[in-house]
Amino acid sequence: MALEQKASRVNHTWRMIANHTATGLAVLSTILVVAPLVAIFVYLLYKGASSLNLAFFTQVPKPVGETGGGMANAIVGSGILLALGSLLGVPVGIAAGIYLAEFGRGGRLANFVRFTADVLNGVPSIVMGISVYSLIVLPEKHFSALSGGVALGIMMIPTITRTTEEMLLMVPNAIREAALGLGVPNWRSVLAITLKTASPGVITGCMLAFARVAGETAPLLFTAFGNQFWSANINQPIAALPLQIYVYALSPYDEWHRLAWAGALVLIVLIVVSVSLVRFVTTRGVLKGAN
Amino acid sequence: MVNPKVQEVRVSGPPIVPPPSPEPSPAGTQSVAPSPIRKFLLERGSSAFSDRAFRWIMLICALSIFAIVALIASELIMRSQLTIAKFGLQFFFKQAWDPVSGDFGALPFIYGTLVSSIVALIIAVPLAVGVAVFLTEMCPKFLRGPLSFLTELLAAIPSVVYGLWAVFILVPLLREDVNPILMKTLGWTGFFAGPNYGIGIMAAGVILAIMILPIISSLTREVMTAVPHTQREAVLALGATRWEMIRMGVLRNARIGIVGSIILGLGRALGETIAVTMVIGNRPEIVKSLLGLGYSMSSVIANEFSEASDDLYLSALIEIGLALFIVTIIVNAIARLLVWAVTRGAPPRVV
Repeated sequence: MALEQKASRVNHTWRMIANHTATGLAVLSTILVVAPLVAIFVYLLYKGASSLNLAFFTQVPKPVGETGGGMANAIVGSGILLALGSLLGVPVGIAAGIYLAEFGRGGRLANFVRFTADVLNGVPSIVMGISVYSLIVLPEKHFSALSGGVALGIMMIPTITRTTEEMLLMVPNAIREAALGLGVPNWRSVLAITLKTASPGVITGCMLAFARVAGETAPLLFTAFGNQFWSANINQPIAALPLQIYVYALSPYDEWHRLAWAGALVLIVLIVVSVSLVRFVTTRGVLKGAN
Repeated sequence: MVNPKVQEVRVSGPPIVPPPSPEPSPAGTQSVAPSPIRKFLLERGSSAFSDRAFRWIMLICALSIFAIVALIASELIMRSQLTIAKFGLQFFFKQAWDPVSGDFGALPFIYGTLVSSIVALIIAVPLAVGVAVFLTEMCPKFLRGPLSFLTELLAAIPSVVYGLWAVFILVPLLREDVNPILMKTLGWTGFFAGPNYGIGIMAAGVILAIMILPIISSLTREVMTAVPHTQREAVLALGATRWEMIRMGVLRNARIGIVGSIILGLGRALGETIAVTMVIGNRPEIVKSLLGLGYSMSSVIANEFSEASDDLYLSALIEIGLALFIVTIIVNAIARLLVWAVTRGAPPRVV
């Protein structure tokens, strides 16, 4: 009897030790994960902020050896590329999402489209780059902003499609029926009622896709190609912020490293600000009104 | 499906609200079989034409996703015909990479990609599962929001910024502090033999680990939240400690989904380009030591594609891209099926 009690006590202590070890390990791993994030941000702020100045936003890159210069053309170029990408990716993505949620529910075709979208989401960005290169750049025989925009747009589609579908599915059916009961045509009910009700979520999805492609370098290497000068022509090679950072980071010059850090800081700030701004605005305005 | 708010209050037991799943739910059948009035409106109303047109436009957009994948595949296959015809399957088992004499083999790149991804998984998986366990089961409520936001933020950092950070911070750190210790303690295995460059397969593995962590941990969290609360309560009622509850009640039920999320992370690691290119060393060799220089499939494309002068060279690079495309499709398909098998019954989690 006493022996049994002792055994159970030992067992109990052992289980308690295992319990506390597991808790400790989980806490430790969380700290280990947050650490690099904090390290990256602190370094980015420290290195980037010290090299940011007005010239960075107003001047084009200077030749090797000269100090100063900025990435104004790359910032504008990124803007143009992202605008082109959104022009292609957002409408197609949302429309595909509408099909999945409103017309294809449960159908075999819809399941297959959904699955293909997930697969497309996992295609490496460099593969997307060489595909668009052989689709557009090779026949046209020159690099262009347009091809870069197409590459980014294609990469936005799957994310937008899937979030749009999920958000539309959360809209209560009663709302659709109310619209149809008033004699509203189906297409108007989808666009003006269902999509509008789900718009905060849909916009968030678009912003996530936007943020993801805003930092992409690999698909632009052989499409937009980069440019040292001002260019707003979508048939010409164009500079982009991530491309410029990539080239400068691998160069042997300290001055260019400085610009790379500054560019990285600007890129991160642009991404984080745009995402959180849209989240803030949409959760404040529309969502409250809808509920 | 009455009010989205109901779904936020997750109570134990089967969900009250029928999940908006792809299968025809009660809500779904309603829209499939419309009421007579709605049928009348749809067919006789003045909007019959525009409705049909709208439906077709949406369908075309959905089908365009197929078209994109098909276009990518056909372009890659077409443009890599030269090397496929010349080398056949031998291409993937040969070590030669000689653009001048026109002899190409992809083995060093496949090796570099695989080994750096495996290193990344070895580092990232325990950490990611640990974070997921902490966030879903242990974390005090006020910390859960900020912490999960922080880990998701890791996913929002662009690849090139990771690369920049790795080149200037991580590589010196590995070279000065970590690698000497590894060489001293584990050098006898041959995996950590010198020379110590700092850059190399190890550095690529570490930066990949940081990059795939958020994917693995957020999906693991998703499958863990999908485990019904009754499972946890049942194990706790038998007198289990919290860790035993997590191990038996949660991890065991979610293991298929966790494996799926790990494979998804692997898929991301295989295709990652820029950050890897910046630190892997870019030398087409097969060395046993993880501290040695390597080359990956994606980085050889990134580095040499624009200088590929003749058609055979270009076609060799595109065939590497094709291989990458096929492998990532297979890996992603398996992962999605596994994750889907677990989260099928649970309501979708809003990002």
